[in-house]
Amino acid sequence: MNKWEMVIGLEVHSELKTRSKIFCGCSTRFGSSPNSNICPVCLGLPGVLPVLNQKVLEFAIKAGLALNCRIAAHSKFDRKNYYYPDLPKNYQISQYDLPIAENGWLDVEVGDGIKRIGITRIHMEEDAGKLVHAGSTITSSSHSLVDYNRTGVPLIEIVSEPDLRSPEEARAYLEKLKAILEYIEVSDCKMEEGSLRCDANISLRRHGQTKFGIKTEIKNLTSFRAVQRGLEYEAGRQQTILDEGGVIEQETRSWDEEKGVTVLLRGKEHAHDYRYLPDPDLVPLEIDRQWVEELKKQLPELPSARKQRYIEQMGLSDYDAGVLTASRATADYFEQVLAAGASPKGAANWVTVELAGKLNQSGLTISQSPVPAAQLAQLLKLIDDRVISGKIAKDVFARMWQTGKEPEQIIREEGLTQISDDDSLRQMVEQVISQHPQTVADFHAGKEKAVGFLVGQIMKLSRGKANPEIVNRMLREKLLEG
Amino acid sequence: MTMPYYSIGEIHTLLVSRETSAEALCRDYLERIEKINPEINAYITTDPDGALNAARAVDRLLAAGEDLHPLAGVPAIIKDNICTRMLRTTCGSRILGQFVPPYSATVVERVNAVHGVILGKGNMDEFGMGSSNENSAFGPARNPWDPTRVTGGSSGGPAAAVAANIAVWGLGSDTGGSIRTPASFCGVVGMKPTYGRVSRYGLVAYASSLDQIGPFAASVEDVAIAMNCISGYDPADSTSARTSVPDFCAGLKKGVRGLKIGLPREYFGEGIRPEVSAAVMAAAAKLSDQGAECTEISLPHTEYALAAYYIIAPAEASSNLARYDGVSYGSRIDGDDIIAMSCKTRSRLFGMEVQRRIMLGTYVLSSGYYDAYYLRALKIRRLIKGDFDRAFASVDAIIAPVVPDVAFRIGEKTDDPLTMYMTDVCTIPVNMAGLPSLAIPCGLVDGLPVGLQIIGRPMAEAEILQIGHCAEQIIGFAGIANKTKAGAL
Repeated sequence: MNKWEMVIGLEVHSELKTRSKIFCGCSTRFGSSPNSNICPVCLGLPGVLPVLNQKVLEFAIKAGLALNCRIAAHSKFDRKNYYYPDLPKNYQISQYDLPIAENGWLDVEVGDGIKRIGITRIHMEEDAGKLVHAGSTITSSSHSLVDYNRTGVPLIEIVSEPDLRSPEEARAYLEKLKAILEYIEVSDCKMEEGSLRCDANISLRRHGQTKFGIKTEIKNLTSFRAVQRGLEYEAGRQQTILDEGGVIEQETRSWDEEKGVTVLLRGKEHAHDYRYLPDPDLVPLEIDRQWVEELKKQLPELPSARKQRYIEQMGLSDYDAGVLTASRATADYFEQVLAAGASPKGAANWVTVELAGKLNQSGLTISQSPVPAAQLAQLLKLIDDRVISGKIAKDVFARMWQTGKEPEQIIREEGLTQISDDDSLRQMVEQVISQHPQTVADFHAGKEKAVGFLVGQIMKLSRGKANPEIVNRMLREKLLEG
Repeated sequence: MTMPYYSIGEIHTLLVSRETSAEALCRDYLERIEKINPEINAYITTDPDGALNAARAVDRLLAAGEDLHPLAGVPAIIKDNICTRMLRTTCGSRILGQFVPPYSATVVERVNAVHGVILGKGNMDEFGMGSSNENSAFGPARNPWDPTRVTGGSSGGPAAAVAANIAVWGLGSDTGGSIRTPASFCGVVGMKPTYGRVSRYGLVAYASSLDQIGPFAASVEDVAIAMNCISGYDPADSTSARTSVPDFCAGLKKGVRGLKIGLPREYFGEGIRPEVSAAVMAAAAKLSDQGAECTEISLPHTEYALAAYYIIAPAEASSNLARYDGVSYGSRIDGDDIIAMSCKTRSRLFGMEVQRRIMLGTYVLSSGYYDAYYLRALKIRRLIKGDFDRAFASVDAIIAPVVPDVAFRIGEKTDDPLTMYMTDVCTIPVNMAGLPSLAIPCGLVDGLPVGLQIIGRPMAEAEILQIGHCAEQIIGFAGIANKTKAGAL
């Protein structure tokens, strides 16, 4: 790749999580039995008319604001005409020349810096239905089935400028975009459910060249990993052609996840002519500035600002702050732990390591965590108060995860309270010293490691309940006395 | 049997005084349909069971002493592009030949809510595309004044049914003259309301920015009664107006004294048969006698309206009709794969005129042609609207012919689409400007009805109904509907 520079732009479709569809009252619920969330309007029956769901407009404006866009004062819907059996009207109601939001940007962390990626536009549109083929493709199947539940589910399409320069940057951009849409609660962004979809445009040019090369569009990128891999593959494919003196064809290609290659979907000569026209069934939108200002005020703190706050006000590391703010749910959980009295550093450590580990193992999201934030805070307080050691706390946490019991109850039931009482500790110290004369001798000969061994023995004896700090101090005193 | 041309008011009186029952009236009309419809072909589908059920419901209300809406129990015909739940709605097309909607249009719900009696569905040019009703997959409707002649279109069925007294009133739709032209050819009254006055929800779209539902009846008063029922904002139609709806009957008898009426010179010149111009002018003169002030005006961009219409309407139609692909409803002709299936379905089940307009519309929206055709047509549309705006600064209403000539013979113009398109030259500008217009009969030429139209300001249906009512009284045409051949059966 050294000779060539990648130029990448992404088109992201995100389902808005409104309760009803964009132009009718049907539910948007995912996973309902086929063709159960449908009505004459979303089926496009003769004579029906669309009526805009105001919530869709609100969510699209919020997305525009969160991505630093200019919100249009005048906007409208257009018809994008093309034939496909998952599209009941054979046109999609979308937006063409007056999208709801334009000219935004998004700051993405790449390498050790921050890069500003331009957002060309955001527009609203309706989703199509889902085809299930009896065979592998629509033309080779004896028949296909159509599920119209998804028809009319609201989408926003977010188009980036061709500002991305590597598959890693593309992935980082997507992750940041997903975090923002989740933060402002307009989309669930579940790629596996198709509520976040991505098409990528990529071309190569020589470093230093300002003119863009000929691009190809990659479709069927169904995961973050697929976006990165698909772009890597396509960059390599284009490079091979260019290195051999060939010419890139402007075409649409599809990512084949199993084979790890992109395959031709359609060439330039088969590019659609969508014959856009203003939708005469929907009146033009006049966007009230005051409403936009109100929506702006309602926006929550966005990931970048939150991360900055964690670093500056809580003294967290850049890494921890980044992990905690990558999803709103995690950051919210973290702040609930703090609100229940925990210290930022302890809470950050436990949320990003112990809790994240358990969640990962069991495939749960943080909002499904069996340990609520308040209980985690209780556990952290017990450590701070030296009732239990950090090591014991991990066991207690595991029990909390399994049983749902409060940490104090587990400690009480299992007798896990840390031993800080001098008499019992002194007894154990004396016992260990008398049992290991050789080690004591080693210590006096200057072997510092010997102390660690003896502490370990005392911890074993106490079954982990001894307060390690006190043991350490007491042991040294005793050894030096002797 | 002969049946007097009862007005809606007379039927209401007969029902309330219990001189007849709604059921008996309904049976009489169903019987007349059976006898007369084979010749006139006004109905594509009749619904005897539904109509009788509705009529019996009216009789139960009467028996219970309930107040009746003026339209309760009054037999009506609904154009077959207006959806009726569980009643076949074909749009005059083979492609929807077996289509039974699972829902009713808002206007149908409104008619049902006042216990109107829907006898059946009216013949029409396929998807509203035509001026003579000859583009119907179910054969042309025939003019009751002379069954060898066309009814006009596209709402030929409802117009012919009212003229032949096989319905008391009806609903049609008007995209470029589709209510006014057949009203004029059949000698009945028809109104195209202001765009947005009546909900389009459930009207199968031809050209959405021009389509508007409106009533037919034998008199202006009956049209006003129907307008009272169907008008008003509908949350299911984003383009319906939130304007309040007056009582359209209230001011009918106010006369025309002091009203300024404009006669646009562009509507009385070349291409208009002199006898038609003369009949409209004579009516205007009678209105002057009644105290109206008639002046000549100019609507300078009129000559471009037809050309612009045949870009805008097909453009919208090409998109609106894309859904008839054989996939999930309507009729289908199988093919080897989905593309072949859709191509066969569309090329065999759409008629020639519909295919012509789909191709025109597809062409004008294509990349590279959009600006040259569609955008320029929209500019002309604004100029036409501007013409009317300027005219209405100095006049209260505009009077013009509806059609350049009387009803022509069936088959006379079918080989020449451009000549056929000229039929709508006087009606199209009104749709382009979204204005209300009332067509009323104003005389006979060659023994066939001639119509005039009264065009009003946006939302000024009450004013043009008032002028129309006055004109109707002084012209004295209402009575001659009895002379239609079929009506005398």
